[in-house]
Amino acid sequence: MWNWDYAFSILPQILAALKITVSATFFGFLLALLLGLILSILIRADIKAVSLAVKGIVQFIRNTPLLVQLYFIFYVFPQFGITFKPFTAGILGLGIHYSTYLSEVFRSGIEAVPAGQWEVVKALNFSQPQAWTKIILPQVIPPIIPVIGNYLITMFKETPLLSAITLVEILQTAKIIGAGSFRYLEGFTIVGVVFFLLSYSSSQLIKKLEVRLGKSN
Amino acid sequence: MSTYEIFVSLAKVGLKVTLQVTFSAAVLALVLGGISGLARMSKHKIIRFISSVYIEIFRGTSLLVQLFWMYFVLPMMGIRLSALTAGILAIGLNFGAYCSEIVRSAIQAVPSGQTEACIALNMTKVQRMRRVIIPQAFVMMIPNLGNQLIELLKSTSLVSMITLTDLTYQANILNATTFETTKIYSMLLIIYFIIGLPLSKGMKLLEQKVSEGRV
Repeated sequence: MWNWDYAFSILPQILAALKITVSATFFGFLLALLLGLILSILIRADIKAVSLAVKGIVQFIRNTPLLVQLYFIFYVFPQFGITFKPFTAGILGLGIHYSTYLSEVFRSGIEAVPAGQWEVVKALNFSQPQAWTKIILPQVIPPIIPVIGNYLITMFKETPLLSAITLVEILQTAKIIGAGSFRYLEGFTIVGVVFFLLSYSSSQLIKKLEVRLGKSN
Repeated sequence: MSTYEIFVSLAKVGLKVTLQVTFSAAVLALVLGGISGLARMSKHKIIRFISSVYIEIFRGTSLLVQLFWMYFVLPMMGIRLSALTAGILAIGLNFGAYCSEIVRSAIQAVPSGQTEACIALNMTKVQRMRRVIIPQAFVMMIPNLGNQLIELLKSTSLVSMITLTDLTYQANILNATTFETTKIYSMLLIIYFIIGLPLSKGMKLLEQKVSEGRV
């Protein structure tokens, strides 16, 4: 059933595609972090209309499937003259989708900063950007690092969805190999094992980090 | 095609499959989550080991990989599942693993004084679980289970990739024949959002209902 020779012969091809998967995860997550932070600050905006509109958008994106959002970015945007490569569309899709989750994480982190800190900022006459970068964010970020790490792993596991918009990442590579040789067992199993090794080891790392952060507090 | 016609065409063919997969997979996930969550806290090492292998494998690999594995690899071993069965099984097993963590953490969050009180009152282990621990843990699980239900609904869109004619699959077909891309995919997003609304509202209501009279 399982053929080791065949498995080793396709392994290099699959591992080569891992580069695409990892870089899509990396850039997608960078975008998600940035957008997530912006969203969480906008939700706190004093202007009610802005806050409500952003909340609505976040709700909508969170409650609709990433796969459909990817189709939307990849197939609908070109109708308006904006064409993306599969890789770019994938990064946009992942980034936008996960930014809505991360905005919640940032929000909870920001709300955990004691009100006294804001009063101090005001008393010391800090400007708004100064207040965020020098006082608030340095207190927000460290406690939420484990949660952010878990979302990174979740997002990594969602990257096979990009195969739906014709990006040849690790799962799509295995599928193409399988379609050529009519042997799916080795390819898909290797992909599963690769995902497992990477995500399990990183989740163990995050657990350790969590314990350490917990101790320092 | 008018927007309304697109809506009807999507809903007529795909909605039933999407709802069917969502419902069946949710029930399967809840059952598996309950069993493996409890098994994870068993005093037998072997039971603990088996359930953590299940949980880590299904949490550690990607849902789409699991779906493809069940649909494309299992037939090579002589197990031929229909697309519907493979879809329900993969999503149910995947979310079951996540639910088991919710179950376990909720049970562990019940204060240890409750267990001690049960022992003091000479309750059996089954009584303790059934009458004291689980009712309290259940209240804590609901918000998380509600979130998982929405995630599960969203993930059913993946079954379109193993040729199951759900909403997303139907949208792709419609797109290939009518080229009304913008209308079709916008409508598809809206339909998923609308299906999700009663689900999250329902879970909120349930949350209020079960936490009534509790502090």
